[in-house]
Amino acid sequence: MAIPTHAPDDGFVQLLTPEGERVENSDFPLDITDDEIRALYRDLFLVRRVDAEATALQRQGELGLWAQLLGQEAAQVGAGRALVSGDMAFPTYREHGVAWCRGVDPLTLLGLFRGTTNGGWDPEEHGFALYTIVIGDQCPQAVGYAMGLQHDRAENAVMVFFGDGASSQGDVNESFIWASVFNAPVVFFCQNNQWAISEPLERQTRIPLFQRAWGFGFPGVRIDGNDVLACLAVSRHMLQRAREGAGPALIEAFTYRMGAHTTSDDPTRYRLDSDVEAWRLRDPLERVRSFLHKQQLVDQSFFTELDEEAEQLAERLRAGTRALPNPLPPDMFDHAYAEPHALVDRQRAEFSQYVAGFAPEEV
Amino acid sequence: MTQERQFCLPDVGEGLTEGEVLKWLVAVGDTVSVNQPLVEVETAKAAVELPSPYAGVVSSLHADEGQLLPVGAPLVTIGVTGEPDPPVAEAAASGSGGPVLVGYGVTESATRRRPRVAPPSPHGTDRPEAGPPGEPVKPVRHGGLEVGRAAEARFATDGEPTVVRAKPPVRRLARQLGVDLASVRPTGRDGTVSRDDVESAAALALSDASSGGGSGRPMLGDRREPVRGVTRSMAAAMTESAATIPAVTEWVEVDVTRSGALIERMRGLPEFSDSKVTPLVLVAAACLTALRREPKLNAMFDAEAGEIVHRSAVNLGIAVASDRGLVVPHVGSAEALTLAELSVALGDVVRRGRDGTAAPADLVGGTFTITNVGVFGIDGGTPMITPGQSAILAFGAWRERPWVERGQVVVRSVSTVSLSFDHRFIDGATGSRFLRDIADILEEPALLHLWA
Repeated sequence: MAIPTHAPDDGFVQLLTPEGERVENSDFPLDITDDEIRALYRDLFLVRRVDAEATALQRQGELGLWAQLLGQEAAQVGAGRALVSGDMAFPTYREHGVAWCRGVDPLTLLGLFRGTTNGGWDPEEHGFALYTIVIGDQCPQAVGYAMGLQHDRAENAVMVFFGDGASSQGDVNESFIWASVFNAPVVFFCQNNQWAISEPLERQTRIPLFQRAWGFGFPGVRIDGNDVLACLAVSRHMLQRAREGAGPALIEAFTYRMGAHTTSDDPTRYRLDSDVEAWRLRDPLERVRSFLHKQQLVDQSFFTELDEEAEQLAERLRAGTRALPNPLPPDMFDHAYAEPHALVDRQRAEFSQYVAGFAPEEV
Repeated sequence: MTQERQFCLPDVGEGLTEGEVLKWLVAVGDTVSVNQPLVEVETAKAAVELPSPYAGVVSSLHADEGQLLPVGAPLVTIGVTGEPDPPVAEAAASGSGGPVLVGYGVTESATRRRPRVAPPSPHGTDRPEAGPPGEPVKPVRHGGLEVGRAAEARFATDGEPTVVRAKPPVRRLARQLGVDLASVRPTGRDGTVSRDDVESAAALALSDASSGGGSGRPMLGDRREPVRGVTRSMAAAMTESAATIPAVTEWVEVDVTRSGALIERMRGLPEFSDSKVTPLVLVAAACLTALRREPKLNAMFDAEAGEIVHRSAVNLGIAVASDRGLVVPHVGSAEALTLAELSVALGDVVRRGRDGTAAPADLVGGTFTITNVGVFGIDGGTPMITPGQSAILAFGAWRERPWVERGQVVVRSVSTVSLSFDHRFIDGATGSRFLRDIADILEEPALLHLWA
């Protein structure tokens, strides 16, 4: 297929307009059933509810921190639903929507932000690596994993997530080179949410980010990151291409971080309300909702039931978070190595003895 | 049945210690639902709304708007009916009540307390330790590594720990401010000396030193007011300045008649129609020219690194008296501006500083400061250097004075300029040359061109 070599300045692949009108794109046709669209809306809605509840829990002192995904639901759900069994995803710390699609219980994510676990899920079981806090660090790992798939002759692909800020990191650029030179089956999925904490995009790049791909020797494409159908179609296409041995690709999902960088950040100090308002009109959920309405694919009970499901999920998260067990101090040694390790065992024993010394003596 | 649930101020921003109640969004008697916004709180990082963890009826608000609360202090009590939800985020009503934030907070204080270490007993058994009042005397058992025990035992006497507990940054601050940690009353968590403890000890030491001691003695009818906001930053900056920068001050009287005439001319020029031309503009221009000739005055002495930091630009700070107190917004890269641009920029920062609308970025990162004490009818003084900078210039009122010129007493417009500079790396010759340059320019503004 022809990868567009140059996009117009504001051009991107869009299959569903903000007004909920379906548009066709000959490069990225999407074959999708009504049920699948309904399921996508459910994903978007519940992921947003998880995000809102986690934010509230942080404000109530139940979580140490939360990185909000508000506004990026479509990018994450579209990409997440394009992955198939055996594919591997490498997230940052904000990919709650991808985690959802990979079957990671949101409550498990909250454990990480409550500080009761150092990770919480089995990456192999879910095809979803642990969250990476260090910016861009997951990219070399993802490329390494993809090269491993090549050696195994596996017919799967890797998708790695990062942001516009990370695109300036050495790790990310080195990953591009390795992936390109070794033709690794990896799709770089950049959620350009316009802000690297408080640094705007114009301080990261002089050209649209997706155009950088050509310099490294693989295709890049910009998509409407608030359009779940475009995200799904282009992700599916690029993943399939990688699985078939055609090598890496870069997807730039053009979106907007509607919330703060994390709950410790105050975006009103560095950006204008009017910008946020403009993006609110391109909301990723509203356009699907409006499409479902217009096409008469749902009735009111669909939304009512979804509301109820979301409330139940939120309640489960609230109660579940408060009930998360505190780990025992020696637990931190458990995942240092996969196999038993004599030195770690000795350190664990010494540390346990030390900790035990703090307990009041039984009389 | 109704249960009273307390919601305590959480640490909403990773390591905050306090927050100010900006605005209550509910009142006593209001029925609230889970996640309904209760209150707006401003912390050092952000203003945030706190959502209710409970559904019920608000039975009391524990703080007034404008009140500064420590993290972990009760904020609001809500009467909850029905299902008994586990009240995990509540502070222990019984006492220590640490911050409620999971992961940083203090819980189960009885078992988590650090063991106090007694000197090794001749009988080889551990000694009993007095518990909190009302609790039976408990024997103490010491665990951990032998090395740690030996080291801790060395510092311990008769059950009372004499090892001062403070975090390394606090220890460094104490060293910088010359405060003996052992003399500070600790108010931090678990009996640690906090940053505030050290700062107030330093401030007390200063005021004691200047007033001969006893300044803190209370008098009948005294009113106590919490120090916060701009005053708080001013206190910290000035304490740090006095304690860490050995500054000297010099001053000189200047005949500013020609400068006054030039300002009158500038006011009539179309280039300056966008701004109000004030003496500050010429003083600033004189400083910028003098800084080019003596760039050390724009550098910074980094004692910790043992290095002098030469700045790539002059971020010219202007001390402004606002309603909230002293603020020092700056004009960034002022050396690159034309005189007309400088005039507009100065007008801008002064106005924004006064209105309290200066952007946070305008308030940090200044490299040199000018303070206009003349507006208060003052001639000169010993201005204090802003930490992170090396010099500050005070310029006084412009007044008509008798002045001797070529053996004749004439009436001239005269002003005083006073300069404080960091004597650790700026010697008297350099500081004097710099001040003389400024004086020469103000006496003969044509030098702005000659030295440009």
